[in-house]
Amino acid sequence: MTVSSDGALIHARGLRKRFGEFTAVDGIDVDVPRGEAFGFLGPNGAGKSSTMRMIACVSAPSAGTLRILGMDPLRQGPAIRARLGVCPQLDNLDPELTVRENLTTYARYFRIPRRVARERADELLEFVQLTDRAGSKVEPLSGGMKRRLTIARALVNEPEIVLLDEPTTGLDPQARHLVWERLFRLKQQGVTLLLTTHYMDEAEQLCDRLVVMDGGRIVAEGAPRELITRYSTREVVELRFAADAPEDIAGKLAGVGERTEALPDRLLLYADDGDAALAQVQQRGLEPAGVLVRRSTLEDVFLHLTGRTLVD
Amino acid sequence: MVSLVLPRLAALPAAAARSLSVMERNAAALRSAYWLVMISGFLEPVLYLFSIGVGVGALIGGLTLPSGQVVSYAAFVAPAMLASSAMSGALAETTFNFFGKMKYVKLYDGILATPVRPFEIALGELGWAMLRGGAYSAGFLAIMTAMELTTALRALAAFPAAVLAGFAFGALGMALSTYMRSWQDFDLMASAQFALFLFSGTFVPAESYPALLRWLVELSPLYRAVELVRSISLGEVGGAQLVDVGYLVGVTALGLMVAGRRMAKLLYK
Repeated sequence: MTVSSDGALIHARGLRKRFGEFTAVDGIDVDVPRGEAFGFLGPNGAGKSSTMRMIACVSAPSAGTLRILGMDPLRQGPAIRARLGVCPQLDNLDPELTVRENLTTYARYFRIPRRVARERADELLEFVQLTDRAGSKVEPLSGGMKRRLTIARALVNEPEIVLLDEPTTGLDPQARHLVWERLFRLKQQGVTLLLTTHYMDEAEQLCDRLVVMDGGRIVAEGAPRELITRYSTREVVELRFAADAPEDIAGKLAGVGERTEALPDRLLLYADDGDAALAQVQQRGLEPAGVLVRRSTLEDVFLHLTGRTLVD
Repeated sequence: MVSLVLPRLAALPAAAARSLSVMERNAAALRSAYWLVMISGFLEPVLYLFSIGVGVGALIGGLTLPSGQVVSYAAFVAPAMLASSAMSGALAETTFNFFGKMKYVKLYDGILATPVRPFEIALGELGWAMLRGGAYSAGFLAIMTAMELTTALRALAAFPAAVLAGFAFGALGMALSTYMRSWQDFDLMASAQFALFLFSGTFVPAESYPALLRWLVELSPLYRAVELVRSISLGEVGGAQLVDVGYLVGVTALGLMVAGRRMAKLLYK
């Protein structure tokens, strides 16, 4: 999908961020049109958060062009931030305030009138299912509740773009699904979502389009399904062997499937027909202790592009 | 030129409103425990006034000022206690509290994701500190008036002077806090604050120090504050007070500017 730069809410060309000698973001090009859910997928240290901070106008780019909502972050920071919602990686809720006060107080930073702030706080608490905790302090809340409150806080100014830096990292599966469901509803409402994640399932669930980042660079770009088709086979056979090292087995599988990838604990065999490939493995007299035939995911794309796994 | 200046002027009320929103946050965070902290901060200079001003003052008797006016020792010490209480009230808010919010609570990281800018946070926090410092000063002036250490009219005139002193120390403290690495660094500042309290012409007229030391004392911001407040409360205002006011306004502006810049450097990473 090609998007003309003038229609993009976020437009970056050759965007760089350096911290002293270290280059966190090494020249990336990004265009995000209105209404899209756009993801930055990559392992820790890939440069996702640094990119997000530049887009949030709280970190100055070291080089390159960056336009948010058609404006320059360096000169029009307050005007841009007024129309952004930010959910940072680490919750920075106000521990001295109650759940509801966290929303009403935050609204005031946007100069939203008190009455409107109160109404919006109640609506948002309903939206993130925290109405019954409105009068509670922040500290006793669970991780999932705090994250939902942070998301509600990011929505208090009715932003056009919502930035979510690893929105479900550290949450248990149930809490993650609740967050995903709320984010999906935002997306349906037409809010432009920008999120970073190192979870491939999160990216597949939420993102219309994503870039895979590694070492500060973009290594691939496209819709999740498109990336899988382009960089991986339809299916993957995961083979575990009791004694032999996966690398040794890989040598005996020449010609089976399209390619193999040896991980420390298992061997991945890429093939469009997983069951057929597995049959070939068995014909060669190999007897794996564990077998799993599954569809390719973004994890496989990432592994193929960088030679490393996403979550270490 | 006009197009450059106009947006800046229009931005002023917006910036002020954003600073106010930072003060509002502090008002919302007011809890019962805070009142205890406030009362203890208020009591300190009152205790000094009674123990040294009145107690030691009984042994000293009257004091002759350079102008020839003879005043009781308590009347001499009281304005100095007022200035120091303005200092400690403002410093408590802009050092410990400010540092904790910035470094540990990460409060400002959240606020900076909104249109509020670092300088506006600094201004809002200083304004809040001045509400506290102002309350201390008003209470202390009431005590001074009740004890007939000054007149009601002079107390009214001394109030803005005490508030100005608070602004200067609040801004200075905030600027210094941005250079603090950990809580341990605050011990140094507490020592410096205590030294200022003892030697800024508070208990002894600066004229009684040796020339070299006197120069040093006259450079101290607390000395300037004490001079200003004392000259008003004893009815001895002269041209020197313009220097005091200029000095304190200068310190306020410098402190705020440094604090805003440093916050931007620390938080806009």
